Amino acid sequence: MKILVPVKRVVDYNVKVRVKADGTGVDIANVKMSMNPFDEIAVEEAVRLKEAGVATEVVAVSCGLGACQETLRAAMAIGADRGILVETDVELQPLAVAKLLKAVCDKEQPTLVIAGKQAIDDDANQTGQMLAALAAWPQATFASKLVIADGKAQVTREIDGGLETLSISLPAVVTTDLRLNEPRYATLPNIMKAKKKPLDTYKPADLGVDVTPRLTTLKVAEPPKRSAGELVADIAQLVDKLKNVAKVL
Amino acid sequence: MAILVIAEHDNQSIKVATLNTVAAATQLGDEVHVLVAGAGCAAAAEAAAKVAGVSKVLVCDAAHYEAQTAENVAELVKGLAANYSHVLAPATPAGKNMLPRVAALLDVAQISDIVAVESADTFVRPIYAGNALATVKSADAVKVITVRTTAFDAAAAEGNSAPVEALAAGADLSVTALVDREIVKSARPELGAAKVIVSGGRGMGNGENYHSLLEPLADKLGAALGASRAAVDAGFVPNDYQVGQTGKIVAPQLYIAVGISGAIQHLAGMKDSKVIVAINKDPDAPIFQVADYGVVGDLFELVPQLTAAL
Repeated sequence: MKILVPVKRVVDYNVKVRVKADGTGVDIANVKMSMNPFDEIAVEEAVRLKEAGVATEVVAVSCGLGACQETLRAAMAIGADRGILVETDVELQPLAVAKLLKAVCDKEQPTLVIAGKQAIDDDANQTGQMLAALAAWPQATFASKLVIADGKAQVTREIDGGLETLSISLPAVVTTDLRLNEPRYATLPNIMKAKKKPLDTYKPADLGVDVTPRLTTLKVAEPPKRSAGELVADIAQLVDKLKNVAKVL
Repeated sequence: MAILVIAEHDNQSIKVATLNTVAAATQLGDEVHVLVAGAGCAAAAEAAAKVAGVSKVLVCDAAHYEAQTAENVAELVKGLAANYSHVLAPATPAGKNMLPRVAALLDVAQISDIVAVESADTFVRPIYAGNALATVKSADAVKVITVRTTAFDAAAAEGNSAPVEALAAGADLSVTALVDREIVKSARPELGAAKVIVSGGRGMGNGENYHSLLEPLADKLGAALGASRAAVDAGFVPNDYQVGQTGKIVAPQLYIAVGISGAIQHLAGMKDSKVIVAINKDPDAPIFQVADYGVVGDLFELVPQLTAAL
């Protein structure tokens, strides 16, 4: 069974981004970039399935700038077998990425796609669901547990107020939530090994996909700032403020 | 053209998130239709017909909508979308799961998690965990949108009597089967709709402390319980307690953060609360930068004092 894992290069989760003064976007020049944390969980899950003998090959795919090669190497250092880069400098929106992934799936014929539930830059939470729709596959989003058995995936999902378990036919798309696993740290030997693993590059045109953005960003602004309030000395003073000043008790 | 809102419901009643979504829809146009797709969902459809601003309820009642799977519901919505300028769902786990599927089937972009409507094709949405607000304009024929519920005041749940129209069911794709659904029954209000939230972080030390200290306080306040991602990662509480960029976005009247340092990703989920109280032993914790009232000290002493003082 082949597993495809899309990985996105994003601003590292520890970086507090700044909005550009001209309001055209956020300033990502010279900031640390990393693999989207939910995608790391996806790679880890795929690699564990391979280690358990369920999967035979794990292929990482990234769409975007040439620098996404670093993200693919990071996925291969965790244990992905090879990488595919769909290279473009066009700003990619989720629908375009889903179309590119669909085209890659047509070539690669994976049994399962494991994707992060959302990227921490645009916070869209769309790509996995869109890919499933385009491929006419079932989906199980926000997974906290994944078991493959009898040609089906049994997926426990995080929903409002609890959990639900779905049984879905394969091929399918699963998107990861936080508690699915804790990704390993890549070891130095594995980072070195990852440099030698195969990496293929396509252009969107090679895949016959139009990636023209559908949404135009008119401006990007700072959110309204919340100013720090006051420190109170003790609980009595706190309760007094809540009752008499804020009037929320 | 009319606007379609996809109701979130449990066949008996509609979820509050639907009311917020209807409120957003009424900013886009006068004719708002609500789709209730379920099994034995007549009561939910009746409830939707009472919501202020709704001009028609479409009810699609069939066994294969029992679990409201994304596959079957999206297929149904795809068939309806040609009659609508906008299709909206709440940005809840259910809406986020289903709506991108609709967008892809229609070959349009989805605009996720809007917090404001600028015009019929231009919306404001948070990016980078709420550290920036992007104003985006859609060029698509149908605008498919999820709505951040805390950004729109709920439409009145009573007072209207919109007509209810039955729809023929769409195809059953039979690719997904619901095996089990465990909803934790709780006497507490839902996190997303609570007026008061008591939230705990890594400072609680362990799950036992979390429950023994925060539950009595929440009981006194009639509050929902929340947690930071750190507390969820440490296994103190389940993930559906999580408030933050990767969890729930909340905006209660009063948010009490206990032992939460205030990581960016947590602040993204609660900074629109009306009044924020922080209890933390570290005076330099970033949570104090957003708190209206802060108390520096040992939460193991302060929380019982607060519970006793209420």
